[in-house]
Amino acid sequence: MSAPARTPAGAPGSLTGPGSGGVGDDAARPDGTLKVRGEFAYGSDLWMEDMLWGVTLRSPHPYARIRSIDVGPALAVPGVKAVLTSDDVPGEKVYGLELADQPVLAVDVVRYQGEPVALVAADHPETARAAAARIVVDYEVWEPVTDAITALGHPHWNQVHDGTARVTELSRESAHLHPEGNLVRHLKVRTGDPAPTADVVVVNTYEVGMQDQAFLGPESGLAVPAEDGGVELYVATQWLHVDQRQICSALSLPPEQVRLTLAGVGGAFGGREDLSMHVHACLLALRTGKPVKMSYNREESFFGHVHRHPATMRYEHGATRDGDLVYVKAEIYFDGGAYASSTPAVVGNGGTMGIGPYVVPNVHVDCYGAYTNNPPCGAMRGFGSVQTAFAYESQMDALAAELGMDPVELRCRNAMEQGSKAITGQVIDSPAPVVELLRRLEAMPLPGAAPDDLRHMPGGVSNTTHGEGVRRGIGYAVSYKNVAFSEGFDDYSTARVRLEVVGGEPTVTVHTAAAEVGQGLVTVEQQIARTELGVDRVVVAPKDTQVGSAGSTSASRQTYVTGGAVKAACEAVRGRVLERAAATTGRPVGELRLFDGAVVADGLELPLAELLGDDAVEETLEWRHRPTEAIDPETGQGFAHVQYAFSAHRAVVDVDTELGLVKVVEMACTQDVGKAINPQAVVGQIQGGTAQGLGLAVMEEILIKDGRVQNPSFTDYLIPTILDMPPMRIEILEYADPHAPYGLRGVGEAPNISSGPAVLAAIRQATGLPLTRVPVRPEHLTGT
Amino acid sequence: MRFLQPTTWAEALEARATHPDAVAIAGGTDVMVGINFGRLRPPLLLDLTRVGELQEWSVDGGDVRLGAGVPYARVITELGDRLPGLAMASRTIGSPQIRNRGTVGGNLATASPAGDAHPALLAADAEVEVASVRGTRRIPVTDFYTGVKRSALAPDELIAAVRIRPPAGPQQYSKIGTRNAMVIAVAAFGLALHPDRGVVGTGIGSAAPTPRRATAAEEFAAEELSGLWESRGELPAATAVRFGELVATAAAPIDDVRGTAAYRVHALSVMARRALTWAWAEYRTAKES
Repeated sequence: MSAPARTPAGAPGSLTGPGSGGVGDDAARPDGTLKVRGEFAYGSDLWMEDMLWGVTLRSPHPYARIRSIDVGPALAVPGVKAVLTSDDVPGEKVYGLELADQPVLAVDVVRYQGEPVALVAADHPETARAAAARIVVDYEVWEPVTDAITALGHPHWNQVHDGTARVTELSRESAHLHPEGNLVRHLKVRTGDPAPTADVVVVNTYEVGMQDQAFLGPESGLAVPAEDGGVELYVATQWLHVDQRQICSALSLPPEQVRLTLAGVGGAFGGREDLSMHVHACLLALRTGKPVKMSYNREESFFGHVHRHPATMRYEHGATRDGDLVYVKAEIYFDGGAYASSTPAVVGNGGTMGIGPYVVPNVHVDCYGAYTNNPPCGAMRGFGSVQTAFAYESQMDALAAELGMDPVELRCRNAMEQGSKAITGQVIDSPAPVVELLRRLEAMPLPGAAPDDLRHMPGGVSNTTHGEGVRRGIGYAVSYKNVAFSEGFDDYSTARVRLEVVGGEPTVTVHTAAAEVGQGLVTVEQQIARTELGVDRVVVAPKDTQVGSAGSTSASRQTYVTGGAVKAACEAVRGRVLERAAATTGRPVGELRLFDGAVVADGLELPLAELLGDDAVEETLEWRHRPTEAIDPETGQGFAHVQYAFSAHRAVVDVDTELGLVKVVEMACTQDVGKAINPQAVVGQIQGGTAQGLGLAVMEEILIKDGRVQNPSFTDYLIPTILDMPPMRIEILEYADPHAPYGLRGVGEAPNISSGPAVLAAIRQATGLPLTRVPVRPEHLTGT
Repeated sequence: MRFLQPTTWAEALEARATHPDAVAIAGGTDVMVGINFGRLRPPLLLDLTRVGELQEWSVDGGDVRLGAGVPYARVITELGDRLPGLAMASRTIGSPQIRNRGTVGGNLATASPAGDAHPALLAADAEVEVASVRGTRRIPVTDFYTGVKRSALAPDELIAAVRIRPPAGPQQYSKIGTRNAMVIAVAAFGLALHPDRGVVGTGIGSAAPTPRRATAAEEFAAEELSGLWESRGELPAATAVRFGELVATAAAPIDDVRGTAAYRVHALSVMARRALTWAWAEYRTAKES
């Protein structure tokens, strides 16, 4: 592997940071000072003096045949160095996370508005954009399929895809594919009585709109052609190795010639799991022999990544008069848009987690993922569970109302606990403190009346109410989410840990490919190394493909899986160091430990500087969580998930019932995290997840009309501001999961799942309206 | 793209006369968005931020003369007492950064139906002072808006200032957005009581092709309140309700991504009813104090 001839400005360096602190401490981020000072380089800051700029020409139509493409007028623009179409893709022309069905550049047909059709590289971005606008594409416009149920109801008419998508080695789930047509996956769960009856039955249909990850750092990267005919790609992404495999496939190059380095990532939330500009920049760089930078603006970003699946869900809950759940039937439709992306996994989570953390003897779930001509949908924080939680928690409230029961009592009565069976037949074999999470929330004090200050009123300083029409509501919701990859996927991470003495100081270098996307994994890696090796100075090497895969930064899994790998690699290093110390000192290994830069035992303190001299001790290993297995295709039964995360929220809202404006007054959250490796970071995850869930409940939606995005900007795609996101009360529980490193549980997704349904429940209580769709709009609250 | 940067008002007017195709830029909160998204590619930008005369306000002949380049942040901090309605509108605009850059003159030049300043200017009977090398004229703000993002400004003219008479009575401003800050108006309403003239001024935003007054509501209010200005008696609840309904009838909104036409009409009726109620309560209290 040859090193790049030159390193671009903005390429990541090693992180050391000012910090100290081991597992369980509020260690400071090694990149924190850089970020606060504005000195941290993000992907969009990458720069080389002689680089070109790449831009993408995208389809204006959701569904059309390409009759012809004339790139001549673009090539004639002075300053243009290359114009590429699908004919210029040397390898596989389609890629995908789980199913390879998405063209690198459109081949004959475009299936969504914004699908990449052609690429331009020029010496200035303005030139490249002007040239792209000159490419003449002759489209035969077709009528788009824009509804998931319609798409499935007419599988042999107006199909979005003609053939079967090829299952790749990347498939993380046992995707059950329809031989042809618009079905991506159909998951069935069947337990107990197929025709159950109950005293009380509640039936409702719910809808969840399309949410965007809205990460602040748009898609960016820089591809540099290498002397060996390969390419170096610096890119803001979530999983370097899955990118690498897809890029290799498209470029027809071996992995040794496609080397990736993680550029600074400004948020991800699932939206960087799929490729964006990765292959495009590499194609342009290899064609021109020059470094090529591509950096989307906000509008292009809305078309450049997948979104959260919109869902339509019909739920039927049956219970005894006493409030014991007898059965749940659920029919769940996820609109996957034009390409599969993570749809099989979303269906997997939605189907297997879709009735919530409750014990139900008879379950009948049909969960579908469909192709349509809407924007492709894929990974976003809590996927599958975020959507279904709105439905199952709304159902629990509706059932409580029907029974005349307190909604929290009904939940506690039916809650899972350790030893309960999930609907997959899996026994929950670690703590599941659902009841305690809810009881602790109930015991927290409620906020008082809003202060007489516009900023605390619905509408804020827009001065729409001085208290008129305002009613308060309180709502509860609870979630559970599978942590890490499920359904038999070989889920592992790789860590390389090196201990050596640098400038007289013992120094640990941790090298993994695990993407730091803002969540703080780099801090966790340092903390684990400090705890395991008793060395304060821990350097985090740049994340790249020079070390093995760490798996994706998603599914709440990195602290668990990469944390586990770092811990295991540290243990291996420690073993070798102690053996060496035992040989030197004659003391048995069992008496020795590492502490504060030395090997210590009773009456012994051997500094590592003395023990190691100029030698380095390095270990690289892969670490896996215990295996899961595929579920039965007919019954949905099987050991599908390795771990569950539990959280609960209480929302207090003030609603201006006349104007339909909502002010969330307080969010309270309880979550079991097993072990808080970094309590401050855990609180940050809970606050952020809560805000993102609140956003979906009251404002965040990509509006689609006839397959076209109506609001691709932060002017009209609204995310919560500081006046929308209230102060929080947070209680963190730490019941160790005996199967996980340090007993930890993945943290990031669960609070994103329970927060929105709690807000919705509170609005429902304030208004008395049924509210079966999120985001709730003023129109829904005012009947306009 | 060429960039002109005059430092005096005379130079600015000369430049405007010479380059009618230039796009004038002040705070840039509209122009730069257009340029960044490729919707605007003017051959020439005429930067007005170095023209000192535009950056000041003064009291002139009893009016506040607000230079076109004074940012919203200064309207809030320096003119909250003299121009309460406009200051309330300014508080609803964007983020602190946007309020530091954006100007009332820019809001007028863009003439978007959703511009936040317009309802306050309409309710207060403001005048727009425009100038060219040909001379200066004043346009009543009611006549300024001529269509969606179109105004009475001639191609060779620039906006010099807005002239607003300090209030003889309470003013209110309300704006609906679908989040609690940093949002474009779904609908907005400005109200000014003019007890000296026995008049109630109104302005509605984001609910018609242009910002506009609710004339029927103004006439109704003048009629209903004619016996109450002197006595400062209680405002009948039915009057406030009817006023709100009449304000709503003045709207001609559309359905768009920010809201439905039906919601906008409904919201205007509620905002107008509340605003009149608050303003009248303040008017009554002012006597008692």
